[in-house]
Parts: sequence; C-alpha cells; structure tokens
Amino acid sequence: MMRPPPRPARITRAPENFLSAADIRDVQAGRRGFLAQAFAAAVALGGATAVRAAAGTATGTAAGDPAILELPPWSTTLGHPVAARPYGQPSVHEKNLVRRESPGLTRVNAASVSFAPLQGLFGIITPSGLHFERHHQGWQDIDPTRHRLMVEGLVRTPTVYTMEDLMRLPSVSRIHFIECGANSGMEWANVAVPTVQYTHGMLSCSEFTGVPLSLLLDQCGLDRKRGRYVLAEGADGASLTRTIAMDRALDDVLVAYGQNGEMLRPENGYPLRLVVPGVQGVSSVKWLRRLKVGDQPFNTREETIHYVDLMKDGMLRQYTSIQECKSVITSPSGGQVIVDQGFLNVTGLAWSGRGKVKRVDVSFDGGRNWKTARLETPVLSKALTRFNIDWVWNGQPAILQSRAMDETGYVQPRMMQLREVRGTRSIYHNNAIQSWQVTAAGDVNNVQVD
Amino acid sequence: MSRSTDVRGLVRATRHAFALGALVACATVGAAPADATQYPGVGRPATPAEIKAWDIDVRPDFQGLPPGSGSVADGQKIWDGKCAMCHGDFGDSNEVFTPLAGGTTQEDIKAGRVASLRNPEQVRTTLMKVSTVSTLWDYIRRAMPWNAPKSLSTNDVYAVLAYLLNLGAIVPDDYVLSDRNIADVQQKMPNRNGMMRMPGLWDVHGTPDVANVACMHDCPVRGAVISSLPGAARGSHGDLADQNRTYGPVRGQGVPTVAAAAKPGDGAGGNDAKMTALADRSGCLVCHGLTSKIVGPGYSDVAAKYHGDPAAQARLEAKVKAGGAGAWGAVPMPAQTQLSDADVHALVQWILGSTN
Repeated sequence: MMRPPPRPARITRAPENFLSAADIRDVQAGRRGFLAQAFAAAVALGGATAVRAAAGTATGTAAGDPAILELPPWSTTLGHPVAARPYGQPSVHEKNLVRRESPGLTRVNAASVSFAPLQGLFGIITPSGLHFERHHQGWQDIDPTRHRLMVEGLVRTPTVYTMEDLMRLPSVSRIHFIECGANSGMEWANVAVPTVQYTHGMLSCSEFTGVPLSLLLDQCGLDRKRGRYVLAEGADGASLTRTIAMDRALDDVLVAYGQNGEMLRPENGYPLRLVVPGVQGVSSVKWLRRLKVGDQPFNTREETIHYVDLMKDGMLRQYTSIQECKSVITSPSGGQVIVDQGFLNVTGLAWSGRGKVKRVDVSFDGGRNWKTARLETPVLSKALTRFNIDWVWNGQPAILQSRAMDETGYVQPRMMQLREVRGTRSIYHNNAIQSWQVTAAGDVNNVQVD
Repeated sequence: MSRSTDVRGLVRATRHAFALGALVACATVGAAPADATQYPGVGRPATPAEIKAWDIDVRPDFQGLPPGSGSVADGQKIWDGKCAMCHGDFGDSNEVFTPLAGGTTQEDIKAGRVASLRNPEQVRTTLMKVSTVSTLWDYIRRAMPWNAPKSLSTNDVYAVLAYLLNLGAIVPDDYVLSDRNIADVQQKMPNRNGMMRMPGLWDVHGTPDVANVACMHDCPVRGAVISSLPGAARGSHGDLADQNRTYGPVRGQGVPTVAAAAKPGDGAGGNDAKMTALADRSGCLVCHGLTSKIVGPGYSDVAAKYHGDPAAQARLEAKVKAGGAGAWGAVPMPAQTQLSDADVHALVQWILGSTN
C-alpha cells in the first residue's frame, strides 16, 4: 500500500562473473588502474564512467577470462529438480525489470498506474506479470464461478452468461496492444520523467483469447436499427463504464478471458475483460460484468471528467478513442548508459490504433536525416511491432528518434506539431516522436527537440 | 454418483429453474433466446430482478435515474462522515484526489462554459469539467464512497450530490434535489456547453488532426534540445541502475536518490510484517505511511508525538474507533467501525512502538 521510503545512493557493484576477487577488492578500494587502462578512451565523469568501470570487459589476467578459466558452480554441481517452482519465475538476476509507479503521479496507489519496464523487454509480447496496471479503485481477484456477464438494453433477449457459457462458445485468439490514453501524458509541456518505463510504459501487448463481442450481441438479438452504442461496465468497486460506438463494437472487439496462453491476471481483469483493439485502454473494461446497448452515448465519468482532452480554447474533447500511430526506441533509452563504443543494435516498438505499422524510420541526428529500420515479424494490425536498426556508436553525441508510419499513410508527428494543434494541457493522446540524447560519455537522456 | 455427475445435475437444475423464470421474462418481451439453434444451451435470459439489480447507469437524458430526493443539509451530514476525509469539508481538498469544487463562477453558470479552463495555472476541478449532472449522480451511486462503493441509498446520493452542487454555488443552501428538478439543474451546469467531439479520433475510419511527412534527408528541423530533465529531478524515480539489467550493452545510470532524513520515531512499528499486513488489510495505509504523511500523519510521527505519554494508548484507541480531527491538520479521520477492539488495541500498540 505504501511507497517504500527513498533509499540512499548505492555504489554499483562489480559483477563477479567478469572480475576476479582481487579485482573486486581493487575496485572497492578505489584502485581502478587496470580498468582505466582498458577504458583509456573514456572521457566522461560520474555515472557513465562508474557503470562502464563496473561492466569490466577486461579479462583480468593474461591467461584469459576467469569466466572461462574457472569453472562456475552451475557447471560443477547438481541443479534443481523439476517442478521445484510449479509456476516458473524469472531468474533472480532479472529482478530489476518490474512494474513501477511514477513517484508523485498519484497520491493513492489504489487509483494509480504501474508502468511496464519496456527498456528491458524483447519482441512484441509483454509478459503477463509485467503488463502495465491502471486501476481506478484497486484490483480484485474475482471468483470465476460467481462471475456473470449480462447483455441487456436494446436487444431482443437480455441474456446472462456464466464463465462456462462463454468458454463453450467459439473462441478466437488475437495479438493486440493496450495503451492507456494518458501514456506519455506527463510530457506534453516538457520532459518530466527519466526513462522509457515512465514515458511510454502504460503500453503492453498480449495474445488475448475470447469471444467476439459481435457474436454475443447477435446471439442476444441486437436491435441493429436503434442500437448505436454499447456501454461496458466492470464488476469492481469502481464499476467503471465506457461507451463504445456500435460500428467498432461489431468490428473487432473481444470479450476476453485468456491472456498469453493462460487466464487473464487479476490485475488485468480476471476472469473477463473487454479488449477494444486500437482504442485507449480505459475502453477495454476489466472485470467485465455488463454490456448495455443504447441509442445515445452514456457520458460517463470516464468520458466527461477524465479521458477528455483540454484544448487551448478551454474546450474539452470527448471520446477521443483512437491511439494513433506511435513508436519509441526502447534501447538505448533514457536513463541508460551505453557501455562501450562500437556496434550496437538499436531496438524499439511501433504501433497504430488504425491498423498495421508500415514503416519505421530512425534518426541519429535529432530528426534531420533518417534511415529505415527493419520490422521484425509478425507485423499485425493494432499490435506492437518490433523494429531494429544497426548502429555503430563512435563516442560522438547523438540524438536518437524513431518515426512510425501506418498502413493508412499517417506519419507519427513531432512534439511541436502536436502542440500546435492540441496545446500542452490535453494530457491524453500524446503520440509524439520521442528523442533520446546520447552524450559523449554514453549517458542516454530524455530530451525534447524542436 | 460421481462428483462430476453431481455438478452436471446441479447445473441442469439451475438452468431449469432459470428457464422457468425466463418463460415469464420472455413473455414480457415477447421473444425466445435468439440464435438458440446456433449455440444451444449457452446463456440464459436475464430475469427482470437481475436487470434491475445491475442496470444502474444514468444517462444524460436521465434514463435510469431512480425517483428520490435529498437536501443540501442532509448531504452535508453524509459528506462530513463519508466524503470529507478524502475530498475535504468543502470538496476543495487536493490531498488525496483532485479537487471536486472550485474554479467556477456565476458567469460560467450563465454561459455554460468555464472560463478558468483557459487558464494554464488553474487546477482543473470536477465541477469545472463535467458537462452533465447525470454523470455525477451515476458515479456517486456506483463508486462512492471510495472504500465502500454502492453503499449509499438513493436519497443519500441525491443529498450528497445536492451538497456538492451547493459547494459550486449551482444550487442554493436550502435546495432539495430530486428526480423532478434535476433537469433544471442541468441547465445550470457550469461547463454544459464545454464539450466537443473530434470524429477523427472516434470513428473507425476517422481523419487525424495532425499530419507529418516522412522526410528522409536534410529535413527542415533545428533538432536543438529545448527541454531536458532538470538536475534536481534526476533522482526522482529512484536509482535507475536498479531498474535495468546489470549486464549487457546498456545499463541504468546510477542516480543519487533523495536520502530519507532520519526522524524521531523512525523504526517504530514498521518492521513487524504481520502488523503491517493488518494495517494494510484494515485500510489504514491508504491514508497513513509507516514513516511518511499521506493524508494522515506517518506512524513514526505519531509515535514521536506521543513518546512517553502513558495515556496515549487508550486515547488513540478511542480516537481510531470514533474518528477525530484537528490533531494533525484539517482533514478528519473517519471512525473505523470495521475493526475489532482487539485489532484496534494491537494496531495502536504497534503504531506507538510499544512492547507492553
């Protein structure tokens, strides 16, 4: 419930794999002579140098690398038995990559956000345990045998479904991103947070399994003449509600129970949620209990007080649903240090709420010149797409940007272009090009450029 | 009979019971389950009582609004007991949530546009933004109070809303809000004309409002840095070295974090995992940090304040049970009636860091 108190600064310890015990003692004692030799080219002071020193690609002895010369315990001992951990966990060495709150963003952590650690993720699927969280009144772990879905309103037969009913129906599995409408919302006016986890981490992508909403609406006898909107409602304390236009509801919306091969996680709506592909995350109502068909929008709290975009003239834009085409370089990215000069794969994510990503270009000079990146397969509609591009960092300062284009021809805008139209106070739908500044020391910093 | 047969029998019996009820329901809407031949046995008609129990939304045209009424005065009483701890006595607290009231004027009420929304310095309150009074009714009923949603009676919802509207000077002090006059209130909502739609971001095939071009060479941008993180903010998100892998071609920057200043009472309570869990479960930690103020004081501050006071245990136990205000600021602490006496005793003992 409470935030851990801030901790004092730590000295990054040298990883034993690369350094002998004697080397580690030297580092701890401040004797870095051999490292300084290995990194004679390093010009930086402070963080970058410390990290690079700790990274230590130095071989340590003339004979070679102790990681090779001295057999490690995992090569010389018996390992753990099967099912020692019936539900597998990541390696203890991966504990840094977890969901995190942004300090000061909200004051109550049951109405808050945790961000996915995009800086360390690969491919396009977000591990379920790292999927970002946004709860309006805390999360619940619902008993699936007591969960019901009711479809009512302008339908011939208001109908109740149990989980058993829903899991009997023909299912589909589709890979889609979910991005909070407020993702990157802290950065409308200026840089506010240090890393891609906080600038873009209200973004995740999963394979969802469930029943097309259109199937359920048809089964209940949707009044296609008068029924123009669907209200979706959660079963949690907030019972959050959102209006979905009927053309979208009949298009590709899922009533989902599966996520990445297992049931949804409680934090992501177990046992049932709506997935509205390409639309801001709030519409993908979690813990879904009710769908009501109506003939006008419902103007819910999440449509008049929040998730409304404030324009320069003081007007509020409602129902700005679509998450427009966007991309970000996830590594190297803000708050990181590039350990050494030479070849470095630059990687990132691109996505569009309007369909497939068609192309991603990357600039290393703040947007003056661009090169087209490789898109990795699969490239799917309304899903994250992974891009990669080769780079040889020669120790010169650089400003990295990525710019995505989707199949409609829309090109991801620059921050200044967005501000001209939407001002700096709209909070939502910031899909601007992200800039990462690389200093000569290898520090990567979040910046905005004109 | 095997266990699975039992379960199937139960499911069948339940379906049968609902099917009988459904005959009545269907008779009223004059229809059988649609597409029954395509997915036979899946889903069943909802009963009228079930629909009534869950169909709680209230639309801008007041479809779904139940009859009832409540006065500003009654609303204030409920507010003081159930709402003020988060929203402040006058709905203007910014401590837990964004303020509800404030920022609107009589001119706004006349025009239906809130002028202060144009002021970049203005904190945006609920009454500045919301365009429809139905939204407030709907939301208070479904989600408030925050820690006990859906616990207010229909008349309580009218009363609380009347008080909130009164805080915004939208209705007078002696107003009684009801289903009969709520449409009149809609005509006084300060931002009723302040919403617009942008079809480009709503329609499946909408047209975007910003257009960039995919220039590849010598593009007309300066590319100069116009914003970066101030040095003072670099440690705001913790040590970034701990938020990246400790191996590989990139690492996290080692960022000095803000060191916790030692305070009197540090160490009180905090380390007992069982008691921390009880405090968490009991909702205490929503408002109190172990060592930091959230809404109420941090527990280490409480321990420091009452250090050496032998009467503090009994006094604080009574205060937890009955609620209180004034000792630590204007935001009152609600009565914690959900706690057993034994839990209250243990929690206070733990907070004070006492061992006897």
